[in-house]
Amino acid sequence: MSKGTIRALLMADKQADRVVPPSGFTAQLTLFVSGAMAFLAVFALALSLASGRLADRWASELAQAATLRINAPADQVAAQTQAALAILIQTPGVAEARALSREEQAALLTPWFGPDLPLDTLPVPQLIEIVGGTPAYDAQGLRLRLAAEVPGAVLDDHRRWREPLVDAANSLRRLALVSILLIGGATAAMITLAANAALAANSQVIEVLRLVGARDRYIAGAFVRRFTLRALIGAAVGVLLGMGGVMLLPEASDEGGFLTGLGFRGIGWLLPLLIPVLGAVVAFAATWHAARRRLKELA
Amino acid sequence: MKPRAPSGKKSRKRQGADVIELENVGYSYGGGELLGEISVELSPGSFHFLTGPSGSGKTTLLKLCYGALLATSGQVRAFGEDMRRLDRDQMALFRRRIGVVHQDCRFLDHLPLTENIALPLTVSGHDLAGEHENLRELMAWVGLSKRAEALPPELSGGERQRAALARAVIMSPDVVVADEPTGNVDWEMSQRLLQLLVELNRMGKTVLIATHDLSLIRAAKSQVQARVLRISNKRLQLAGADL
Repeated sequence: MSKGTIRALLMADKQADRVVPPSGFTAQLTLFVSGAMAFLAVFALALSLASGRLADRWASELAQAATLRINAPADQVAAQTQAALAILIQTPGVAEARALSREEQAALLTPWFGPDLPLDTLPVPQLIEIVGGTPAYDAQGLRLRLAAEVPGAVLDDHRRWREPLVDAANSLRRLALVSILLIGGATAAMITLAANAALAANSQVIEVLRLVGARDRYIAGAFVRRFTLRALIGAAVGVLLGMGGVMLLPEASDEGGFLTGLGFRGIGWLLPLLIPVLGAVVAFAATWHAARRRLKELA
Repeated sequence: MKPRAPSGKKSRKRQGADVIELENVGYSYGGGELLGEISVELSPGSFHFLTGPSGSGKTTLLKLCYGALLATSGQVRAFGEDMRRLDRDQMALFRRRIGVVHQDCRFLDHLPLTENIALPLTVSGHDLAGEHENLRELMAWVGLSKRAEALPPELSGGERQRAALARAVIMSPDVVVADEPTGNVDWEMSQRLLQLLVELNRMGKTVLIATHDLSLIRAAKSQVQARVLRISNKRLQLAGADL
């Protein structure tokens, strides 16, 4: 379809629009479907963006951090901790290494054992927090050296549980994108059905128009404009409601974990505004194809 | 107004060509032949009646003439062009040159009469604002000035037929085809409609009327030189001498 054809189809033509009688339920159906689908699309988009952000954050944060655990008899913990710190400071790619204080370790255990945990009486291993630099350190080489010089040291670079988390977040993002595509497809299918119903209901009108010399483009244009406009209006309302719903979601917080922070950030708030435009494009294409197919059935 | 005399459109016609020519045309549907071996030429400015019993194929033959049906054999030429070779846009343009009065009139019931009559202008992109005077004259010509804002379901049979005729001629077509134009009206109205069609013919339009009403044909005798074609046993015959 040429640009000229698209422009001709979309250009307002009050006379042409009057020849197609107002259609009741197809108008309501198109408005409702477009609005509902746009509303869902806003949430799918928000979920996609939020899970993308989460995946990126987890990947970068966890890639930077590692933990060294010193499991040694009580009288050797201090010596092995010092030895491990000395090795870490010399290791290329390690930006910072710091032994956690008794209070910090107690704070880590508080959620499970309560605030009155007698840490001194328990054989709790000493933890050393490692912050990676750029380029990253060689984890395998560091493990071998620690095994030789600090027998109680166990390096945990978080890879074991980091990768499934990042994979899960990325899967969620893909799922949300697939949902958006499905929403677009379902919208196209519903609008095609509504357009077909309108075309069938107006078959006599179309026949009269053909017999008085109307071109297919003229007839199709009257239907295309109507459905495109309805889809645009319905989707705009759906997007506004959806954005309102997203705004009401709780802000991101550590306490809320993954369930918070699902909204849009910064320029991301502009992305939902594309949904009505895309909805109108989908409606345009769906109605145009339905009208062309129907018109070709007539002499 | 009366319909405008043919102007520039005539120049598009092949010189000397008949307006519509059917050459050995046949039409079959569902395996059965409805019409066969039809050959006829409608020359510019001629007046034809097409007659025959109900179900003989008059409407089918008219539809073949204005492109609502395509012949299954033979060739239909309109203004020198083989109708089968016209694409959909060309067919639409061709229909603007043929005014059709359907038996059942076929209006858009949600539009007032003026807009229905102006429909051929609307679909061909004319600015209706500049056509008000012509439209008013045309409404007066068919005697419907006072019914301009009426909706089609509010019209009587005669008013519908006159409105259909007005719509058929508003684009000043070269040919006017009417399918049983007096089928649903009384004698007085049928005479009025015949008078309008004769006036069109005097303006140079080619007129083709399908009717089973022989009294209409007899009434036309004194007013116009017409050929009478008769469909019998799926074939077309010239019904006696010219009237």
